[in-house]
Amino acid sequence: MRVALFITCYNDLMYPEVGRAIVRLLRRLGHDVDFPAEQTCCGQMHFNSGYQDACIPLVQSFVDAFADSDVVVTPSGSCASMVRRYHPLVAELAAEQGIDAGLSKKVAAVSPRVFELTEFLVDILGVTDVGARFPHTVAFHPTCHSTRLLGVGDRPTRLLAAVDGLTLVDLPRSEACCGFGGTFAVKNADTSVAMGLDKVDDVLGSGAEVLTAGDTSCLMHIGGLLSRRRSPVRVMHLAEILAETGIGVDARADA
Amino acid sequence: MTQAAEPPPRRARPDPTFAGTPPFPEAAKAALANEQLRANLGRATATIRTKRAAVVAERSDWEALRLAGAAIKDEVLRDLPALLDQLERAVTAAGGIVHWARDAAEANAIVTGIVRASGASEVVKVKSMATQEIELNEALRQEGIDVWETDLAEMIVQLGHDLPSHILVPAIHRNRTEIRDIFIDEMGRVGRPAPAGLSNEPAELAEAARLHLREKFLRARVAVSGANFAVADTGTVVVLESEGNGRMCLTLPDVLITVMGIEKLVPTWRDLEVFLQLLPRSSTAERMNPYTSIWTGVTPGDGPQAFHLILLDNGRTDVLSDSVGRQALRCIRCSACLNVCPVYERTGGQAYGSVYPGPIGAILTPQLRGIAKHPVDKQTASLPFASSLCGACFDVCPVRIDIPEVLVHLRGQAVRQSEATHRIPTAEAIGMRAAAWTLRTPRRLSLAERAAGLAGRVFARRGMLRRIPGPGPVGAWFRARDLKAPARESFRAWWRRTKGGSEE
Repeated sequence: MRVALFITCYNDLMYPEVGRAIVRLLRRLGHDVDFPAEQTCCGQMHFNSGYQDACIPLVQSFVDAFADSDVVVTPSGSCASMVRRYHPLVAELAAEQGIDAGLSKKVAAVSPRVFELTEFLVDILGVTDVGARFPHTVAFHPTCHSTRLLGVGDRPTRLLAAVDGLTLVDLPRSEACCGFGGTFAVKNADTSVAMGLDKVDDVLGSGAEVLTAGDTSCLMHIGGLLSRRRSPVRVMHLAEILAETGIGVDARADA
Repeated sequence: MTQAAEPPPRRARPDPTFAGTPPFPEAAKAALANEQLRANLGRATATIRTKRAAVVAERSDWEALRLAGAAIKDEVLRDLPALLDQLERAVTAAGGIVHWARDAAEANAIVTGIVRASGASEVVKVKSMATQEIELNEALRQEGIDVWETDLAEMIVQLGHDLPSHILVPAIHRNRTEIRDIFIDEMGRVGRPAPAGLSNEPAELAEAARLHLREKFLRARVAVSGANFAVADTGTVVVLESEGNGRMCLTLPDVLITVMGIEKLVPTWRDLEVFLQLLPRSSTAERMNPYTSIWTGVTPGDGPQAFHLILLDNGRTDVLSDSVGRQALRCIRCSACLNVCPVYERTGGQAYGSVYPGPIGAILTPQLRGIAKHPVDKQTASLPFASSLCGACFDVCPVRIDIPEVLVHLRGQAVRQSEATHRIPTAEAIGMRAAAWTLRTPRRLSLAERAAGLAGRVFARRGMLRRIPGPGPVGAWFRARDLKAPARESFRAWWRRTKGGSEE
């Protein structure tokens, strides 16, 4: 299968190792990987912050970038839910404002083909054992948008459970929001940090060496709090763990 | 009815209002620093969350009930004018008197007029969000009429000269010891004092409240209530409660005044079937609430002999005109969204600066204050942003209000107002517009990524940025958090350089 990657803007900028991990993982599973170079951003930050009109050109670029892709995979539950749930609303806005009457049709063609990584692996490829080896103790944080908006359910933990050598530990109150919330993290920084510190306490209490999730944005926030505490607990995206085989140069070169 | 020998003493201190609450981030900061509050709230919300989840899980048809609840309320909102006319005819036919109030001032004037005409100088109250919304207590007191809240938690708030912090349990921010102290200090000022040697045992506190309230129930000639539901085709009004204080107020006095928002209707008696299942499980986590009082007009020789129903708009028709925002009018005030909200759990309700706190307050208050029609104050405009958009509220809402969707919709209204009223754009607007411009083409994004990567190399230590001072979002992030530095080479640059990783 030829798979187009939607890498997302902040992974592109901040966490390119997550994108490289997906490339390795999907190639190992025998698939061609493509990175349509016209892609930029799904528009979520603007949409959720009240600048919905600013999303219109971003959604236009998105549908153009992926117009020829059969299937699009992204390492973010949050961005996948933006595309699948809210791009149709942005397209409606574009039509209402007389900016682009044809956008809805393009969105309807592209957005159902966009999958979050674990949905793609489990539902489309039908695999839970991806042949990974990662001999560490890991806690999994189910991010709000991947669970509540996308409904990925137990797909991530089924994938993790099949990783050779990995010990998955229970994260107490795992369903509680970590407090990132996009611009909420800076607009309501005190509340965001209070939520994040409770999450950090739960992570530290779990005994995990590594905290993983399907969204680097949440991990950036939790990881930032862990780092400030000088905690040795590492944060890693699910894709990085699933890409690990314990052989060669898997580990993040620039970490 | 017994008459009191002496009028009750007047209260010494004025009660506070939400006026002057700072914008949410500031109010939240103060609340977060209060460790007693955090502990009280954390304990209370965790308990009610667990209980609700258990009683909801008992129902295999819960999702069908939610869908039915939402559908009935949508029907009400669609046919509201006709249903309200129908309700008025039915209530009038049953001997009640219906009043229409456009806003808080009209509603308060109607209530004041009815109390005055009855000759009473005090009223007992059943817990009611609508009367809090219009600040009826303050209005009556200004006219020299004493108001006694009879719901236990509401009474704790009133006695403590405090503000409510929760829709169902307005004193949720108080613990037992604080409540005992309030009873000891305040009960004697306004009626029967707390028993000597009162402890903080729940049974003793409840008995003290019972004794204090009993003389007020027996003396009162006028009661004021809200309504959980009103049935349009029969003219029946329904109040659900747990303590029996409502039943006292609704049956003992001669005159009953009910203030209800115009959206509290259900079309037919049978529709109650759905809501009497949804509401108790969602709000008190009970299969059935202890008291359900149901009345239709007046019954000669039994209960109140005069019944006034005040239909309150107070911004609701404005909410109705917003096709996205109007779903907030489905709300049945259960407070399940407060109990699961990670923001509410930490800040408490008073930080929202409104009688409607939590997620529902964050979408209802700005709409009732007219955010869709005219510029609102900074505190109101901050409310739609008081959420991480985690979506837990939508999951538990018994009438399926998509609160995150409405929050984002209202954020759009707040931003458009801000952009329209600021001749010089705010720093945030400039930043967001610049980001949108950068993200429009891969070329611009690549250049920005190269610049960020260089900056990261200059400022980062071992790949992390730490304690970068600064105003606005930068300072807000780094006060408590580090940040991984932007990568030296972005993914797209790597892909280009290595031809998709094939030349690595």
